[in-house]
Amino acid sequence: MSVVRSTTVPLNIENVDTDQIIPARFLKATSREGFGKNLFRDWRYNNDDEAQPKKDFVLNDPAYSGRILVAARNFGCGSSREHAAWAIKDAGFEVVVSSFFADIFKSNALNNFLLPVQVSEEFLKRIFEAVSKDPQAEMEVNLEKQTFTIVSTGEEEAFEINAYKKTCLLNGYDDIDYLLSIKKEVEEFETH
Amino acid sequence: MSESYQNKSYQRTPLGGLGRTLFDKIWDRHVIKQIEGGPSVIYIDKHFIHEVTSPQAFAGLNKRGIKVFRPLQTVATADHNVPTLDQHLPIKEELSRRQVEALKENCAEHGIELYGLGHPFQGIVHVIGPELGITQPGLTIVCGDSHTSTHGAFGSVAFGIGTSEVEMVLATQCLLQTKPKLMRINVDGELAKGVVSKDIILYIISQISASGATGFFVEYAGSAIRSLSMEARMTICNMSIEMGARGGMIAPDETTFSYIKGRKFAPQGADWDRKLAEWKELYSDGNAMFDKEIFINAKDIEPMITYGTNPGMGIAVTGHVPLLNEINEKEKASFEKSLNYMGLQPGSNMKGKKVDYVFIGSCTNSRIEDLRMVAGFVKGKKKADDVQVWIVPGSKQVEKQAIEEGIDKIFEQAGFQLRQPGCSACLGMNEDKIPAGKYCISTSNRNFEGRQGPNARTFLASPLTAAAAAITGKVCDVREMLGTENENDVLTRTQIYN
Repeated sequence: MSVVRSTTVPLNIENVDTDQIIPARFLKATSREGFGKNLFRDWRYNNDDEAQPKKDFVLNDPAYSGRILVAARNFGCGSSREHAAWAIKDAGFEVVVSSFFADIFKSNALNNFLLPVQVSEEFLKRIFEAVSKDPQAEMEVNLEKQTFTIVSTGEEEAFEINAYKKTCLLNGYDDIDYLLSIKKEVEEFETH
Repeated sequence: MSESYQNKSYQRTPLGGLGRTLFDKIWDRHVIKQIEGGPSVIYIDKHFIHEVTSPQAFAGLNKRGIKVFRPLQTVATADHNVPTLDQHLPIKEELSRRQVEALKENCAEHGIELYGLGHPFQGIVHVIGPELGITQPGLTIVCGDSHTSTHGAFGSVAFGIGTSEVEMVLATQCLLQTKPKLMRINVDGELAKGVVSKDIILYIISQISASGATGFFVEYAGSAIRSLSMEARMTICNMSIEMGARGGMIAPDETTFSYIKGRKFAPQGADWDRKLAEWKELYSDGNAMFDKEIFINAKDIEPMITYGTNPGMGIAVTGHVPLLNEINEKEKASFEKSLNYMGLQPGSNMKGKKVDYVFIGSCTNSRIEDLRMVAGFVKGKKKADDVQVWIVPGSKQVEKQAIEEGIDKIFEQAGFQLRQPGCSACLGMNEDKIPAGKYCISTSNRNFEGRQGPNARTFLASPLTAAAAAITGKVCDVREMLGTENENDVLTRTQIYN
């Protein structure tokens, strides 16, 4: 992952908790696949029925699509369930943008190569405005340069990511590979 | 929101000579190395796993063709997805059964101790760790569950992790973590009658909001915290995540040591003496600096209840749902969405709201003291006719103790149903769900939309406030029902009891 340029799905709701992202009753699987179809399940359907979509929910609105999910502040709070990150990824998203992420969600996202981009409250407002004006408005996320751009207006904001995680994301490394590579140091640590 | 607390922010400067916090002391001892421009490699002492967030981690190990690195440092139980009735029978629901079986197979294959269904130590992971003496001061403790912060009550660094991180710990006994900022919340003074530890934490979250401690690790301090029993302290640390904090902790003291002593996996003999000496060094130095410090007066805290759909939306039971003009502009949309879900009007009183279900359980409030507190209050009383009351003990040991003490009889006479241990209606993963549109007063930790079942409506409260609602069928002020000074003494003692 280096550059993602895409339209977005705007979810202008604060404090989206992981129970909304993927309700507990869908956590019974023993594999990581297939959670996307239950993403935001109870906001998406009436009476838990796929034949009764809630028309006003953004994921059911054909005007919006894309690989970037834009959410209001404190996204991913609550439970540590990694299924939330799996569900978002499985539904085709590669980037989640918010002005504030819950800690555990953020690590879970990074561990699944789903990029959490934290922007300022002011810039987030501009993104929502741009998408509300034109649902087809494209955004560009450049991980290498650490920038988020509203393509139509050229407005850009830099985002932070720690250098280690950036290298992991750009090269497809994961933490376990790294930790296994320092096994000798761990064993040495255990002796004192 | 009222600003009845004081709040100070500091720039922490790691200059020589400054004191160290409790967190620093434990963290520093567990850093194996620091990656430049990145996180630290942290050694994990104890790891708890359960059926829901571990199967994909084991699958990951199998895919890599590696075994669990330190199987003796991981302990497993089945809790999230188990039925709370007829546990001796095979689990009816196929997916749940398969998940519980997968845990059994994975533990057997990797040599991990499992306290599964039917085992006398089975129970909610955050209840059994402490009661078995596995949870001890100074340790790093993790679990694929956000309420792992519970174990911080013993002065350990304990936090929830995702499944990829569960896999990391299984594979290497390590995690990559960035050191969090530190906040101290001081609660001083005496708690009023009818106010218990759940009210303290609900009050704190209502003051600093559901995201107010994101990025922080919290230490709870002050005379009101010191006066609490271990179980009451666990209730407070448990809900740290509900204000966004990765973890919460309390410096260990005599209350801690006497709770641990003699438990199954507690150190013994010379080992106990050595450990005790180490544990006594675990406190924040007088000149330690925190990034943020909050001061709360215990006497400002009343019995609390939540009215909305995040744990920060809490008020005194005597209070009213905020009016629209009391909510700041930015939060109006989510406030209205929340009230709409809850079927409540701005400005309405909480007292007198009808409840349909009462759930007393979860890793927040399902320990023996919670059950004793409820039993002490309801003894000789009967539940309201149209209310269903579920009491779900935190573990087999809690259940056994309740029966030995005759608490089960008190519940039976009150019309309460004592079920078997598990997470139950806290998250409604098993069949213990609150029906759509119904109101449940719950001693659990989250009032999110759909948390207790699709369209279920949750009021979070203390076991006492929940018990009072069970009797009257309505949200009420338990203080008005606490009779004699004696009765009050019993309740107060329960909280200090070890």
